[in-house]
Amino acid sequence: MSGPLLLSVRGLGVRYRAEGQSVEALTGIDLDLHARERIAIIGESGSGKSTFGLALAGLLPRGSEVSGSIAWPGLGAAPKPGKDIGIVFQDPGSSLNPVLTVGEQVAEVCRTHLGMGWRRSYARAVELLDRVRLPSPEGIVRAYPHQLSGGQRQRVAIAMAIAGRPRLLIADEATSAIDTVVQAEIVGLIRELCSADALALLFITHDIALASGLVDRIAVFRAARMVEIGPAEEVVSAPSSPYTAALIDAHLGLDAA
Amino acid sequence: MSVLRFLRTPEGAVGGFLLAALAFVALSAPVLFPGDPLAIVGPAYLHPFANPAFPLGTDSLGRNVLAGVMHGARTSLVIGLAAAFAAIVVGSAVGTLAGLFGGVVDEVLMRITEAFQTVPAFLLALAFVSVVGPSMGTVVVAIALSAWTAPARVARAEVLSIRQRDYVAAARAVGMHPLAIAFREVLPNALPPVLSLASVIVASAILIEAALSFLGLGDPNVATWGTMISEGRNVLRSAAYLSIAPGIALMVTVLAIYFAGEGAVEAASARRIAS
Amino acid sequence: MSRTWLLLRRRLIGSVPVILIVVVGTFFLLEAAGGDAVDAYAGEVGADAGLIEQLRQQWGLNESPLTRLATYLWALLHLDLGWSVAFSRPISGLLMERLPNTLLLMGTSTALSFGLGSLLGVVAGARPGSARDRVLSMGALVLYAVPGFWLGLVLALFFSVQLGWLPLAGIETIASGLTGWARAADIARHLVLPASALALIYLALYLRVMRSGMAEVWRMDFIRTARAKGLARRRIVLRHVARNALLPVVTMLGVQSAQMLGGSVVIESVFGYPGLGLLAESAVRGRDTPLLLGIVLLSVVTVIVVNLVVDIVYALLDPRVGAEAEGAR
Ligand SMILES: Nc1ncnc2c1ncn2[C@@H]1O[C@H](COP(=O)(O)OP(=O)(O)OP(=O)(O)O)[C@@H](O)[C@H]1O
Ligand SMILES: [Mg+2]
Repeated sequence: MSGPLLLSVRGLGVRYRAEGQSVEALTGIDLDLHARERIAIIGESGSGKSTFGLALAGLLPRGSEVSGSIAWPGLGAAPKPGKDIGIVFQDPGSSLNPVLTVGEQVAEVCRTHLGMGWRRSYARAVELLDRVRLPSPEGIVRAYPHQLSGGQRQRVAIAMAIAGRPRLLIADEATSAIDTVVQAEIVGLIRELCSADALALLFITHDIALASGLVDRIAVFRAARMVEIGPAEEVVSAPSSPYTAALIDAHLGLDAA
Repeated sequence: MSVLRFLRTPEGAVGGFLLAALAFVALSAPVLFPGDPLAIVGPAYLHPFANPAFPLGTDSLGRNVLAGVMHGARTSLVIGLAAAFAAIVVGSAVGTLAGLFGGVVDEVLMRITEAFQTVPAFLLALAFVSVVGPSMGTVVVAIALSAWTAPARVARAEVLSIRQRDYVAAARAVGMHPLAIAFREVLPNALPPVLSLASVIVASAILIEAALSFLGLGDPNVATWGTMISEGRNVLRSAAYLSIAPGIALMVTVLAIYFAGEGAVEAASARRIAS
Repeated sequence: MSRTWLLLRRRLIGSVPVILIVVVGTFFLLEAAGGDAVDAYAGEVGADAGLIEQLRQQWGLNESPLTRLATYLWALLHLDLGWSVAFSRPISGLLMERLPNTLLLMGTSTALSFGLGSLLGVVAGARPGSARDRVLSMGALVLYAVPGFWLGLVLALFFSVQLGWLPLAGIETIASGLTGWARAADIARHLVLPASALALIYLALYLRVMRSGMAEVWRMDFIRTARAKGLARRRIVLRHVARNALLPVVTMLGVQSAQMLGGSVVIESVFGYPGLGLLAESAVRGRDTPLLLGIVLLSVVTVIVVNLVVDIVYALLDPRVGAEAEGAR
């Protein structure tokens, strides 16, 4: 299922520094990710999941301290966000620029990373919108975000994320703000795109059930540390850490209710 | 505590210091320069620093420029504060009523507010003073006439959000009179954002007063910076200092008020972050 | 296009009560001044009681206030603003003669202050908190505190009196006989100082609004998205941050149009620039209240029209405007 080593993280630590205070957001994270491998990061709020994604993409805010190493043997160079890594964020309502057309927001990625002119970038944007299963993409390129539904906006965000032909897709709670039916469609779309484009996936979520159906491995974060990592079925059926077990119980309890 | 926080912001420190100095100047003017600052006390067109008795020189009639500038500070501050006070009182009353009663009352009051906002503030003041005649009182009213609209809008918006809160519902439940609710429960809570407009209102009131007296519509019986600038304008070539000195005083005053306002905003936001 | 049209219609309907309220207001001021005008006139020409009575008849001062208001409204509907005592001419003609000059001054200073102000605002807001930002923001605050008419005097002192680079007053060289481009250049030279004096203050305002707008937009989610897309910093600053921060600046443009018109009165007086402002000053000196109130009414109409234009521009810049109205149809 997975290919050569894409990414190797060793002893990664991140500290945020804000107004004289310093917050330890991650410590001692080790992780190897192979090409085409899908991995989920689960954990409670504030455990450092988003920080991990941002650290991989080199998008941490200025003033944050990073220790340890992040190597990209599969790339041979430091990754460029947008080109080597595509990211989809949580809230599709606020993560698109409200005053630019959907087409421009997708096309600007092609123009920046694929060296295309505007005309070709827009043509490529139509193709991408079609790939993420948006109806009549020729019309949608000219639409503004407020004219789309939440699910449609998230499809646009995915189109932007894959527009630079990345090797790794990071979905940071990409389905948390969407209702359940659309959620399943988006997860299906992500799965399909990853297979078709041979993308590796880092799927950050609260929802362990959703994750287990999608990914090869699951990593569990708690209070800045990785408490457990293993094949998806194993982590779900026989968690090695009591925290993971509690997380699964809580989730099942929620589903039963 | 909050005063300390205010003085610790750079803007607050500079603004606070300048305002204190201005207040001192305004208060000490009648002590240092007793008598009418408009009286002729020396030779005409004495340049600044030429005669220690007249540090800023004398004007075309031989009046003491320093005395004029110091007494002018009194006029500016009194008119600025009085106009801002009137504007805030009237504005918050109108805004509170509009927000509280809603419906037709709100519609009518807001239309009136909009109409007043559409008339250029300075033209309205000019028209009012020229019809009623210039005096300290009419200038204050003329300025307040257009300055009340901003506090009215802010007060209305605040009241609309406060109206839904628990203590208002409680007051209504115990049968308090709507007007009592308005002015005892709602207005005090809506006031802080309205007061944050104060610095801008005072500053613009001072600027409007100066412009009015520059055009000869200030109170003719008191020293004002606008009048002094206007008189100096006729001798700009030979005695530019006559316009420059009161102009700098005017600018420093307005700047001090802006700085103090910025300092207050920063101190308030610092407190919000701290709490 | 229909979304803009809906918005326009709503605004036009909304401005009717505003104009009515202003007209009633000016009517009351006119009433308050009415007696004075006759007395002033009588004092000037030395009229006897008979002539005063005749004037009162002629100006309808003996009828009921309501009748007079109706007459006033009827006259206004026919664009008849009355007779200027100070200029011995119909007021509407005077206004129409001066309006273009004021619009030219206002347009020039608006273009200057908006263009330069938002440009410098982008420079400051590109890195909020940087040294460049702090210098520009502080400079803008200082500039914003300068009284416009005094700034005008200082500019005139420096560039006209001392250096002699620019003309001191007026809108063009009198009896120069210039035509075409030479005349336009002459007018432009006369415009430099008054337009700059008027523009510098608003420049400071637009700079600050643009800058604080950008500081706010930087914190938005879609900027994080733009960074994650790996866009060039230049594109993020201009196309994403500044493009969104432009909206409140445009709003401010409408809000400030009334203030700018008021500010131009004093500036025109300083530079003897023959627009509505200088006319207002003459009206005050000549105790010509009908003329002064005519200027007020024309200013209100100008402000409303400017705000309509600003609304249209805003709607073109913000695709979300009027979306609800359209959906509700
Ligand atoms: N820019 C920042 N400055 C300071 N502290 C931060 C910043 N971003 C995150 N933190 C802190 O770092 C810790 C980890 O945050 P992170 O966003 O990675 O958590 P998360 O697991 O993604 O949580 P959630 O599920 O709520 O998204 C938290 O304690 C958070 O408060
Ligand atoms: Mg997160």
